[in-house]
Amino acid sequence: MNILKLSAAALVASVAFAGAATARDQIQVAGSSTVLPYAKIVSETFGETFPDFKAPVVESGGTGGGLKAFCSGVGEATIDIANASRAIKADELAACKAAGVTDVQEVQIGYDGIVFAMDASNPDVAMTPKDLYLALANEVVVDGKLVANPYKKWSEVNSALPDVAIAAYIPGSKHGTREVFEEKIMTEGCKEAGAADAIKGLVTDAKQAAAKCVAVRKDGASVDIDGDYTETLARIDANKTGLGVFGLAFYENNNDRLKVATINGVVPSTESIASGEYPVSRPLFFYVKKAHLGVIPGLKEFVDFFVSDDMIGPDSPLADYGLVAAPDAERDEIRAKFEAGTIM
Amino acid sequence: MTNTASPLAGAVPARPARRDIGIKRRYAAERRFRIYGIAAISFGLLFLFLLLWSVGSKGYTAFQQTMITIPVEFSEQIIDKDNERDTDPTKLMTANYPVVARNALAAALGADPGDRQQMREIGRMLSEGVRSQLRNMVVADPSIIGTTQTVSLLAAGEIDSALKGQMNLDVPEANRRISDQQVGWMEQLTEAGALAKEFNTGIFFNGASSRPEAAGVGVALIGSLYMMGIVLVLSLPIGVAASIYLEEFAPKNRWTDLIEVNINNLAAVPSIVYGLLGLSVFIGFAGLPRSAALVGGLVLTLMTLPTIIIATRAALKAVPPSIRAAALGLGASKMQTIFHHVLPLAMPGILTGTIIGLAHALGETAPLLLIGMVAFVANYPTTPMDPATALPVQIYMWANEAERAFVERTSGAIIILLLFLIVMNVGAILLRRRFERRW
Repeated sequence: MNILKLSAAALVASVAFAGAATARDQIQVAGSSTVLPYAKIVSETFGETFPDFKAPVVESGGTGGGLKAFCSGVGEATIDIANASRAIKADELAACKAAGVTDVQEVQIGYDGIVFAMDASNPDVAMTPKDLYLALANEVVVDGKLVANPYKKWSEVNSALPDVAIAAYIPGSKHGTREVFEEKIMTEGCKEAGAADAIKGLVTDAKQAAAKCVAVRKDGASVDIDGDYTETLARIDANKTGLGVFGLAFYENNNDRLKVATINGVVPSTESIASGEYPVSRPLFFYVKKAHLGVIPGLKEFVDFFVSDDMIGPDSPLADYGLVAAPDAERDEIRAKFEAGTIM
Repeated sequence: MTNTASPLAGAVPARPARRDIGIKRRYAAERRFRIYGIAAISFGLLFLFLLLWSVGSKGYTAFQQTMITIPVEFSEQIIDKDNERDTDPTKLMTANYPVVARNALAAALGADPGDRQQMREIGRMLSEGVRSQLRNMVVADPSIIGTTQTVSLLAAGEIDSALKGQMNLDVPEANRRISDQQVGWMEQLTEAGALAKEFNTGIFFNGASSRPEAAGVGVALIGSLYMMGIVLVLSLPIGVAASIYLEEFAPKNRWTDLIEVNINNLAAVPSIVYGLLGLSVFIGFAGLPRSAALVGGLVLTLMTLPTIIIATRAALKAVPPSIRAAALGLGASKMQTIFHHVLPLAMPGILTGTIIGLAHALGETAPLLLIGMVAFVANYPTTPMDPATALPVQIYMWANEAERAFVERTSGAIIILLLFLIVMNVGAILLRRRFERRW
């Protein structure tokens, strides 16, 4: 009898719990794993600096996943902020609006660099987008014809590069980083190698021609990493001559184990990325629902705190971690834009 | 007489040869099987040992934390310059405590407070966590303002890693997180006895943190405890009630067969599916809060139920029919037979199934991903409705961190999870011993 009574009580209790969904007093954030470490630092510092508010809950899950959760609707049951390592796409914004999220505010927080690195035991490497394109493209142009990538060693691509087999660990297609890699390295390299024009001559459709430029070889010389940078690091530990793609912040935290490659002769650093000399960088964003600003306690304060110079300035904890701070004028603009409440 | 004997009698041996019953072959087969068995066990033990070794050797250092013990002057000049603390209580909350700590360390090192570059490097040797550490001291007892106290300050994660030998200090200065100057200061402090490793209580009690030195599994432990409690309270009675009805009362027909097949199927459904269900039913339809331990507990309850039902039915079936017959024969009703005799005898089996189900639920991260529990949660949850994480989630999140100091903490968290499991299993064995009856 006891067990029956207990189970009845438990059922009643669970129904009672379900009815008692109380007002939320904690900000909820989700999205890009690249922005995650920055959002965590801000969340933690926010909780410490404003004792009246709890530290926001920050979920990971990728830019795409975060925006999907963000765009599922308005109200306490939905998240307030989506972190993104790329700008929101038109179809994502349309999905947002269709679900009633009509007032999305975009806030940029700074820039992130993408670096190419090998194990620390390797000699210095200097690369160009052209080298990377030739080594990693699925098909390259030889004698005016598209052929499957014939290169097996870096030295075959460029005699100045080491005489080791090509092995690259690049972010998988679910990462925002992959897009930057395709845009800033593969497309650029395709142009530099003169392949873009040749491909245009061979493939009439412009879209298909562009896709040929960014297609990465699938014969095992390039491996897509769907996990995080720690997985890439583990792959490089196992294959000392492998080349990995990392975020600048991750590289800076592990620079005693990695040797970074220069791109077009420029060493990646916060300075060279801020000045635009280093070519592979991207802006980082978060998106916030304007409708939640006066409703969720502390949300306005949190965004204000996030975009203050204490957090995203050149001498801030985020910059210490590896964020490339936006120039002074641009930061003022970011704050002005948020204050003005411009929606997308 | 001999003449009448068969002519073949002389050719037949006095005793027939032993029939070949393959005794040697059969013994050999048994010996071979024993060797296979021992090999299988050794194989399992080898991997268990490798797992424990890799976790233990990497993780034991996580239970030590580098502290810098120095006299700290709680300068009124920095904390509360205009003496407003009586009128404005937020003054003490927002004061610049990192500067207090930095000045104390600079004084201990004999550095020049005017050299900004040096002061920044000194500041980086201390954790950002000193802000809340000193603030809590001052808020608890404002009378320490203006005095000098000896305080054990948290050292920064990089200093911790370097002292534990996890950072390669042989590479050029530009290629590591700490400078030659800081290494020199570390040596100076170690000689003075100010820099030392202490037992790391923070890893058990602190919430998640972006700073490895201040990060702990506290929130995850509480979240896991809440969820285990909810799973136990819901799935044990529901599971036992369902299996008793199915086993003892329900007629055997096509419907109960269908239900049985479905329960067996559900036990094999990938756990992420339960996460999707939880997202649409508990969060979307019932309006429960995201990231809450309650939702996690409900999802894990659904996941654990089939395991408990299957184990309970097997345990009920294993009770000998003679027990039931005897009870019925003495005039007990069917209900009395089941609750007074069958269920107590089946209890050890039910408990084993429950513990296996709970241990399985404790280790799940996939269903929690979709209901927002794979998250950074810094504040302790006060009720199951507040955001929380779980132990395996914390391990997963730390494994993806960039900082070196999180590597050992990941293994440390695995050790804590294993201890949690051992406690649960020992509890199960003790309970089973207590209930076990022989017939």
